[in-house]
Amino acid sequence: MMRRVLYRLGLGVVTLFCVYALTFWMVIVVPGNPFASGDRNMPAEVERALLARYHMDDNTAYFFEYLAGAVRLDFGPSFQYRDWTCTQIIAQSLPVSVTLGLLAMLLAVLIGVPAGVYSAVRRDGWLDGATLGLVLVGVSLPTFVIGSALLTVFAVYLKMFPIGGWGTLMHLPLPALTLATPFAAYIARLTRIGMLDVLSGDFVRTGIAKGLGRGRVIRRHAFGHAFLPVLSYLGPAAAQAMTGSFVVEKVFGVPGIGQHFVDSALNLDRGMVLGTVFVFSAMIIVFNLVVDVVYGMVDPRISEVVA
Amino acid sequence: MTARGLEHMEIGAGRTWRRFRRRRGGLVGLGVVVILLLTAFFAPLIAGNVPIVCRYQGRWSAPAIVETFRRVPVVGQWISPSKPFGLPSVDAKSHLSQEDVVFWPLIPFGPTETSSDSLRPPSSVHWFGTDRIGRDLASRMVHGTTVSMTVGFVAMGIATLIGLSIGGWAGYAGGWVDALFSRLIEVVTCFPVLFLILSVTVWLEPSIVNVMVIIGLTRWTSIARFTRGEFLRLREQEFVLAARASGAGPFRIAVRHLLPNAIAPALVTITFGVAQAILLEAALSWLGFGVQQPNPSWGNILRSAYVQLRWSPHMVYPPCAAIFLAVLAYNLVGDALRDAIDPRTETRTV
Repeated sequence: MMRRVLYRLGLGVVTLFCVYALTFWMVIVVPGNPFASGDRNMPAEVERALLARYHMDDNTAYFFEYLAGAVRLDFGPSFQYRDWTCTQIIAQSLPVSVTLGLLAMLLAVLIGVPAGVYSAVRRDGWLDGATLGLVLVGVSLPTFVIGSALLTVFAVYLKMFPIGGWGTLMHLPLPALTLATPFAAYIARLTRIGMLDVLSGDFVRTGIAKGLGRGRVIRRHAFGHAFLPVLSYLGPAAAQAMTGSFVVEKVFGVPGIGQHFVDSALNLDRGMVLGTVFVFSAMIIVFNLVVDVVYGMVDPRISEVVA
Repeated sequence: MTARGLEHMEIGAGRTWRRFRRRRGGLVGLGVVVILLLTAFFAPLIAGNVPIVCRYQGRWSAPAIVETFRRVPVVGQWISPSKPFGLPSVDAKSHLSQEDVVFWPLIPFGPTETSSDSLRPPSSVHWFGTDRIGRDLASRMVHGTTVSMTVGFVAMGIATLIGLSIGGWAGYAGGWVDALFSRLIEVVTCFPVLFLILSVTVWLEPSIVNVMVIIGLTRWTSIARFTRGEFLRLREQEFVLAARASGAGPFRIAVRHLLPNAIAPALVTITFGVAQAILLEAALSWLGFGVQQPNPSWGNILRSAYVQLRWSPHMVYPPCAAIFLAVLAYNLVGDALRDAIDPRTETRTV
């Protein structure tokens, strides 16, 4: 078990380095100097000083300098917000995105798992059909469409929720639900397939043959097995919900990290882009690791296979 | 002896198709996909300000038909535009007079053709209405189809090529090659795809080609994983042994004997991948990073619709419906395909 965790950690570090190097290469190789924008005429020495302040004069040195800083969670100064460091911006906006993402994942599990279980148990019934239909709709609709629809109905017409923004509890439900929809749909689908698979297993038949109630067999025996594929999906999904939420953030005006990333990318803010990608990759890696470890604990067969 | 592998393949593909055909959802999805592909290919014949066939100053020409084939990559470069219209700079409408014979496309407006009728609601002239600078929405939707379909296919084409090669190589070679490629797959799986795309589209100029290439370069991991698994499973089987015994080289074995048998699970992933790519392009264009104005795409039509949502909501519905329909169709095909390939989900129990 320990060996496996260490192996995954090592792999995670390598991955992080690769992502960093790749992003760095893209950001540096592609020309585009934020200070060179035509209309501003500045003396040569001022430009040199600026370039030096933002380490734009020596790429190789910058690569290692930034990496050394990033390891200590110091992502350097930001181009677009002159008085802020990237670390401050990330520290301020990351909790927002994480809160939203975690809430969305919670919602997705609470909606998706029961829906999947019920539709598998009552296979081919009307509920199964309805669930499958909803799953397809949930997977096929872009989040910005779902978000705008929810916003129009519940915020504009019914006035139940504020139109956008962040800060109170009432700001949470709409963006969280929007973000949760595709995940809920996918979880329902996974649960249904897993459940159907398990229900045809021998131990379920044995349970029923021994006179256990169907509900008890499903809850106590079948459900645990059916949940395994969902569990392995939860890791990447949680990371995706927290890092890929900027479309939702844009629709609802949530001041999360996605907004900052889009802005910083538009403003050629190298430090910010590198910092965000660094933090996000780290989060994705950690979530995958956690799920992997949990998975290994739930199903010991897995950890014997690798490492 | 080599026939054994082919026979194997035909049975597999035939059975899958027979199972697939039994699923109504899958067939409907496939139908929609085919319609969308035809729309994408023949867009200039369906909508445009270029006549399909016309007689101009006594000479017959078929500019829109020529234009359709000029848009085909590679081959299109060798076809010269149909005279007398130097497309698309010359406005055919104002050049043609009463005595000229013209067959216009179904929607006789170009996707970038502006007019003074701005923000009109749907009518018999403009089926879906017009946008802020008087462009016909129906025409833009039709031409946007080309973008979405191209993105889906080219992106997943690149992903498939990489995924099959790496997965196949890893699975067939085994040993340290397998270990190396497996690590590579794990590393690439951790890439924050959307962020890579955003970074690249911002630093390079935002263009549809970049979007396709990046989606392709990052979305191949699950295809590779499935292919590797199948190759590992298949390479020990007798028909492979037989092929090897009769002198087939490793490349031939991999391509002719293993690939046809291993493609099924990858195919499901590819189908879902196309749906994902369409959604991704829509999201990117919606954010303003994808296809740039004045070129139409479903995502950027939706984006401009959002700007004037208050005053003229008619622009929102067509792109929403189109994105939903296209993604739904691909998902239906993928679902049916998976059920057809994996008989386990078909067994009835309890």
